[in-house]
Amino acid sequence: MAKKTALIQGNEACAHAAIYAGCTFFAGYPITPSSEIAEVLSKELPKIGGKFIQMEDEIAAMAAIIGASLCGHKVMDASSGPGMSLKQELIGYACIAEIPCVIVNVMRGGPSTGMPTGPSQSDVMQARWGTHGDHATIAVAPASCQEIFSETVRAFNLAETYRMPVQILMDEIVAHMREKIVFPEPGELEILNRQLPAVSPADYKPFDTSFGDVPPLAAMGSNYRYHVTGLNKAPDGFPTTTAELVDAEERRQLRKVEANASAIEKNEEYLVDDAEIIILAFGITSRSARFAVDNLRKEGVRAGLFRPITLWPFPEKRVAGLAGQVKAIIVPEMNLGQLIHEVERVVKGSCKLAGLGRVDGEPITPYQIIDKVKEVL
Amino acid sequence: MSQRYEIRFSGAGGQGLITAGIILAEAAAIIEGKHAVQSQSYGPEARGGASKSEVIIADSPIDYPKATQVNACLALTQEAADKYAHGIIDQGVLLIDSDLVKNPPQGNFTLYRLPIIHTAKVEIGREIVANVVALGAMVALTGVVSFKSGEQAVLARVPSAFKELNQKAYRVGFEKMKEIL
Repeated sequence: MAKKTALIQGNEACAHAAIYAGCTFFAGYPITPSSEIAEVLSKELPKIGGKFIQMEDEIAAMAAIIGASLCGHKVMDASSGPGMSLKQELIGYACIAEIPCVIVNVMRGGPSTGMPTGPSQSDVMQARWGTHGDHATIAVAPASCQEIFSETVRAFNLAETYRMPVQILMDEIVAHMREKIVFPEPGELEILNRQLPAVSPADYKPFDTSFGDVPPLAAMGSNYRYHVTGLNKAPDGFPTTTAELVDAEERRQLRKVEANASAIEKNEEYLVDDAEIIILAFGITSRSARFAVDNLRKEGVRAGLFRPITLWPFPEKRVAGLAGQVKAIIVPEMNLGQLIHEVERVVKGSCKLAGLGRVDGEPITPYQIIDKVKEVL
Repeated sequence: MSQRYEIRFSGAGGQGLITAGIILAEAAAIIEGKHAVQSQSYGPEARGGASKSEVIIADSPIDYPKATQVNACLALTQEAADKYAHGIIDQGVLLIDSDLVKNPPQGNFTLYRLPIIHTAKVEIGREIVANVVALGAMVALTGVVSFKSGEQAVLARVPSAFKELNQKAYRVGFEKMKEIL
C-alpha cells in the first residue's frame, strides 16, 4: 500500500510527529506562530487516550509537562519568544532535575512581544543560555516539513535518552509553509524510551550514577517514591551542599551531552568538498543559501552550504575543519548576529568570516546572500 | 536548481486566497506528483488588509520557498495590486479583478482582466467562492496543473455540501479565462 502523503504545514507535521514519537501529554498556551501545534494536538491527543491541556499561561504549561513527564509520559509544549522567556525558570528546573521534555519554539522577533507574524531566528542564544546556571543544551533546527517530522521524533528520542529538555527551533516560514510529506509507517523511524529502574522501589535512587551518566527514571504514581527538587541534589534526590557531590553532579549533567556530542550532532553538507566559500545557515535561511549556492556555482564561484540541524551542541569539530579548507565562511541568520559568535569561537581566525543579519520580518533572500558572497570574496 | 514556476495570489485577508494557494499546491504535489511549496504572508488582522499566498512548483525539490521572480500573479484588490503585483518577470502574467483594480501596475508582463468577484456573486451566486473562480482562471492562464487535477483538488478540499458550488465556480473561472486568452 502506498504510504500516506499530505500537503501540511510545518507546525502540523510537528504535532503529528509528536504522536508518532509516543507523546501522550501536551500542555500549552497558544501563541503565534506556534498555535497550530496546540490546535492539532488538541484534536489528536484525545483520540489516542492522551491529554491536551490549555493552561492559564506559559509558565503553567511548562510546569504541567514537567509533572506529566515525571509521571512517565512523553511530553511536549510549544510556544514563541514571549512564552519562551516566561518558561526559562522551569526549563532550568527540568535541566537540574533531569526531566525529559520537548519544547518547541517557533521563533518570532523580539525582545518582548516583537512581531508575532514575522519570521525570525533570534532565539539561538536564548535556547543555549536562556535559563541561568551551567547546563547542557540540545536544540534542533529543521528546515522542511518532512524534516520537522523526523527531527521532532528525534527530539523526543534525545530527551528520553539523555533525560533532559530538548528544544526544537523553528521560524514562522518553516512552521507555516505547506509541503508534501510522506508519513513514516509505524516502526520506520526509531523510537527510544527512557530507561526505567531495574532495582526495587526500596533500592531506587533517582540520580544513581552507578547506572551511568543518565540514571534510570521511575514514574511517579508507580511504586517508586522519590524526591525532586531544583536544588543541587544527592543521588537520592534530596538537597545537598556537599562540595564533591555538587561538583560531580554539575559536571555529569554537562558530560552527558558533551561525551555524546557526535551521536547527537546532525548536519547537512552541500558541495563543500571543493568549496572556497561556505555559507553556514540553518532553518529557512539554509534554503535561501542552497538557492544561492546553485546560482553562484553557475557563475563559477565554488560555493558550498553547511547546515547545522543540531544547533546545540554546536558542530564545532566539523566547522573548525571546514574553516581550514576555505577562504571564507558567511553566516546569514534572521537576527543581528548570534550563531556567528559560535562560528567565530571555533574558526579562531583561520578563514574570513562575515555575517548577514535581517530583522525586518522578511526572510533573507538568495540574492542578498549572493551579493554578500561576492563582496567577501 | 530546478526550473521553478512561481505563482502569487493576492487580495484582501478573508477572500480565501491562502486556500486557493493550498488547493493549487495540492493539485501539483499530491495529484500530479510534482514538488510544490505554499507559503503566505499575513498581518495581525484576521480580515481585511492585504494578504498574499505564494506557490512554487518544480520538477525537483524546492529550496527557497518564497517567490523570487514571479511567473504569474493574481490581484483581487487595488491595495493588493499596489503592494504585491511586483517582481513579475518579462513574459509573465498578471490577472486583476477588472472592477476592483482600477490602476493596474505597469510592467513588461501581460495584463489580463476578469470580473472575478462579480462573477462569483452574480453567476455563481456566492461571493465567497471568488477564490475558486480565481483559481480556475489562474489554472487556465498558467497551465501549471491540468484542469482535471485542479478540479480534483478543489473537490478534495471542500465540504460535501459545497462541492457542486465550488466545482461550478472553478469551471466558470477556467472557461472565462480561456475565452479571453
